[in-house]
Amino acid sequence: MMEHFLEVFRGAEAICIPSSSCVAMIRDHYPKMAANGDASLKRAVKNMLTRVYEFTELLVDKLNVTDVGAFFPHLVALHPSCHSLRSLNLGDRPAKLLENVRGLTLVDLPEAQECCGFGGTFAVKNADVSAAMLSDKVRCVLNSGAEVCAAVDNSCLMHIGGALSRQRAGVRVLHLAEILASREGKEFAS
Amino acid sequence: MSTFVGDAAKAPKFQTAAKKLVADTQVRHNVKRATDLIRKKRAKVVGEMADWEELREAGHHIKEHTLRHLDFYLEQFETNCTAAGGTVHWARDADEANGIIVGLVKAQQAKEVIKVKTMTSDEIKLNVALEAAGITPYETDLADLIVQLGEDKPSHIVVPALHRNRMEIRRIFLDKMNLGELGDQPEDLAAAARGYLREKFLRVPVAISGANFAIAETGSVCVVESEGNGRMCVSLPKVLISLVGIEKVIPTFQDLEIFLQTLPRSATGERMNPYNSIWTGVTLEDGPQEFHVVLLDNGRTKVLADREARETLDCIRCGACLNACPVYRQTGGHAYGSVYGGPIGAILTPQLQSMEHSQTLPYASSLCGACYEVCPVKINIPEILVHLRNKVVEQGDAPWEEKIAMKAAAYVLDSPERLERARNLGRIAQKPFVKNGVISHLPGGLDAWTAVRDLPAMPSESFREWWVKREREGHV
Repeated sequence: MMEHFLEVFRGAEAICIPSSSCVAMIRDHYPKMAANGDASLKRAVKNMLTRVYEFTELLVDKLNVTDVGAFFPHLVALHPSCHSLRSLNLGDRPAKLLENVRGLTLVDLPEAQECCGFGGTFAVKNADVSAAMLSDKVRCVLNSGAEVCAAVDNSCLMHIGGALSRQRAGVRVLHLAEILASREGKEFAS
Repeated sequence: MSTFVGDAAKAPKFQTAAKKLVADTQVRHNVKRATDLIRKKRAKVVGEMADWEELREAGHHIKEHTLRHLDFYLEQFETNCTAAGGTVHWARDADEANGIIVGLVKAQQAKEVIKVKTMTSDEIKLNVALEAAGITPYETDLADLIVQLGEDKPSHIVVPALHRNRMEIRRIFLDKMNLGELGDQPEDLAAAARGYLREKFLRVPVAISGANFAIAETGSVCVVESEGNGRMCVSLPKVLISLVGIEKVIPTFQDLEIFLQTLPRSATGERMNPYNSIWTGVTLEDGPQEFHVVLLDNGRTKVLADREARETLDCIRCGACLNACPVYRQTGGHAYGSVYGGPIGAILTPQLQSMEHSQTLPYASSLCGACYEVCPVKINIPEILVHLRNKVVEQGDAPWEEKIAMKAAAYVLDSPERLERARNLGRIAQKPFVKNGVISHLPGGLDAWTAVRDLPAMPSESFREWWVKREREGHV
């Protein structure tokens, strides 16, 4: 699969990935997976790594943009996903982009740095613990007063959003890109 | 010969134990409250250290260097400890260590021993061996005493009774100490424990301690603690026996300057431990007149043999990873079925047992990385968890449902055409389950997801389809 990925994106100048856990997979694990391969594979991985950008890295670092001209008149809480926080060290890139969105109010999310409990297969293999972690995260989202919970990882959003939906909480989840793509009179519809 | 970690070989699956504990509101509340408090204190005292990252790096480096040359440093420790009047014993496994220690106590014709820093002794079930030989062990660390009197198991590697609150501790003391009355304030409980323990410190002739560090250069042993009960144990009795895991050795006295900064800050959020005891062999007419060190392997050399995972042995048992772990914080330590709980336990216990047991532990993590972030010796726990999961799969020990699911996923994801066919099939298959755009109930094992969360229905247009359409319409 890695070799296929390398092949598909061989000609790309920049590879934008709207999921920090996917970027972490490529940055942290591809070099290790290639370590057992031949020299050309190692070279291909090394070459690709310089062209891989997480979505907010592409905007803020590569394109030098923090204001995309978006309009989104809502209260938004940002869930800094584990990989964006501790693996990619995205820092305040996502928040900076949100702060420049017209009409948007960024609210504080209590215990923001805690994992939401998704963890891939963890959510089903350790369903009880995952549900307990999710319950804590949802409590924090609701306490924040936000209408929208945003993140740069769809996997966390599927998890948090799944519980908000089940609880009829009246809070929705959106990927950061969906907020940035919204304009006055034309909210991005996913 | 027998290598084991407490009763971990017979422990239930992590999931099974966790299910019960997550439902125990008292334990969950106690663990959350206690870990919140320690985390806050830790963050404050770590935050004031400008060179924290360098200290972590240095600690990691010292430990890694020592492990590379462990044979050398262990023999150097033996030579110097012996020269200072101590006696060093080598134990390959739990049974051998228990045999040595029981023999030493019996040689004194002692019927009782006092103990401190006993986690490693819990690993080898020393108390069971002592009792079987007619010797009564008394735990003297306050938290260990609470666990022992409560006929309980430790739930944290630094704060073993963390799952208990004051009211519960008062009840245990009332039941076991023959007290008429007892308040539930910290002072009341401390006074009760003091009265109970002082008498034993003065009477019992043999003490058994663990160790935080064994210093090769001087042959010294170091114990750090908060209560002073450890100080009594290592200084009052006639005979002292220290049980030391072989990974506890550090090369020089100077190396302590790193660990005595990082350990207390990480463990209890203190700048310095209230009691730092360091002793070297035997001193005439001062302290114990007979001193033994039992160096314990019990699976550690097997951990050392695995390049990918051997930094597990860097651990200085500060417990910061437990307090940081969102999984541990929901379950407490008992879910891990071992004296070593939390993220470090999830990698240490299965390895000590040669990956024959505790195979659900490497999966007891969402891989959020909080443990690695706080570790004062920079053990990359998430990476080792993944490595151990690989081992479980390679051994063919993954559950059959998972094997099938993983094979199917690999087959589908390996080709764009197959992925497209699977997507089309999924759109049809999901129809009976979709209501208002979400799936609220799935059959069989998939209900693990839908029991508490909805699943968004697959959209009528995928990103790939949208992208192709967009290109066709000329938006490139």
